[in-house]
Amino acid sequence: MREPTVVAADAADYFQTYSVVGVLAVVGVLFVAVAFSANRLLRPVVPTPEKLLTYECGVDPVGEGWAHTQVRYYVYAFLYVIFAVDSIFLFPWATVFAAPGYGATTLVEMFVFLGFLAVGLLYAYKKGVLAWT
Amino acid sequence: MNDVLDVALRLVAVFVCFLVLPLVVGQTEHKVMAHMQGRLGPMYAGGFHGWAQLVADGVKFAQKEDVVPENADRRIFQLAPAVALLPYLLVLLAIPIGPSEGAVGQVVDAGVFFVLAVMGVGVLGSLMAGWASANKFSLLGGLRTAAQLLAYELPMLLAAASVAMAAGTVSLPGILNAFAWWWVPWQIVGALVFFTAGLAELQRPPFDMPVADSEIIFGAYTEYTGLRFALFLLAEYAGIVVLCGLTTVLFLGGWHGPFGGDGLGWVWTLLKTAVLAFVVIWLRVSYPRLREDQLQKLAWTTLVPLALAQIALTGIVKVAIQ
Repeated sequence: MREPTVVAADAADYFQTYSVVGVLAVVGVLFVAVAFSANRLLRPVVPTPEKLLTYECGVDPVGEGWAHTQVRYYVYAFLYVIFAVDSIFLFPWATVFAAPGYGATTLVEMFVFLGFLAVGLLYAYKKGVLAWT
Repeated sequence: MNDVLDVALRLVAVFVCFLVLPLVVGQTEHKVMAHMQGRLGPMYAGGFHGWAQLVADGVKFAQKEDVVPENADRRIFQLAPAVALLPYLLVLLAIPIGPSEGAVGQVVDAGVFFVLAVMGVGVLGSLMAGWASANKFSLLGGLRTAAQLLAYELPMLLAAASVAMAAGTVSLPGILNAFAWWWVPWQIVGALVFFTAGLAELQRPPFDMPVADSEIIFGAYTEYTGLRFALFLLAEYAGIVVLCGLTTVLFLGGWHGPFGGDGLGWVWTLLKTAVLAFVVIWLRVSYPRLREDQLQKLAWTTLVPLALAQIALTGIVKVAIQ
């Protein structure tokens, strides 16, 4: 059980940290805005129909830009979501796993966890989804 | 009032680093690449070995006409460069360059976690650009970018988790405080995985399939010109700085050095970052581009298992020395 004052101080630190991050984000947005405004004042504007045409190898584009493509990546996307959600849990665990009183137990748990990931990866590999078809 | 001034100074320092360091890396790339290829590179702008070449480029970009293709999704198209660039500015804030409290923009307790999460946002810029350009090549490039991020974010995350396990904290200054020299051989596999995956996320050669000029012109950036194009380029070089800085902090001990003590810590950080940036350029000159399927295969069948093995090793050693 922690003292209420300590918790309050932590919270203040937390908000201060991320407000500085927020201020920097504002600085960044300002930078981009100023750059674009200056650019607007400096640049010429001479649009011609040819210039505004989509560039595809120098010949006139055929059809729309949003063409049908075969999406080969969706299996990777599934795999990624599954694995990434798993590995996010590593971070909070990483900070405490070697703390006194954990030791060997957490190590075994870690191998169970890695085992799951490895088996999943091996299954995907055996299924052939990691190879290009 | 002092606090406000302090924070303002830090933000200015971070912002100056954000504008200057990428240009230094870019100029180094001009010269190093040229010399590796038996050329001289830029020699005229600024007088001394063309040091002002990128400044001149910037002036040119700023006054160049801004063309938005007629069929493009205008707003998204125009916003994309900013989305690609700004995450790297935020990441720079959290990277410590020296041992003292004063040598980091802002101590972020969630350190590694914050940094990786924010870096992941940058890729949205490429995806937006690819989607909004109304260009088939851009769309393909954008999709390749996304696929590459999906493949390489995972080994990067796992390698970073290994360091967090070793240090018992996710805060970047905390990791550096816990660092000892033997971490370098201990975490070497993780370091290689992290650096390689980072290169792939930046779409730097040999992982530049998303912008492969011989296949899809310039991928998601094909339709860009002028200042917006320049911002994408700046994002790439800011990305190199951030990746090299992070690798230095996580795996190479940041401000720790064989001599020089605490006072010269920032020199060590900058030196290690510079050496890694040189390696990034060197790889660009020496390796051919990987094919799209080879890219995915490398990530899933080599880097992910290696990262998992590193986590196992880290866990065993850490528990053994407790």
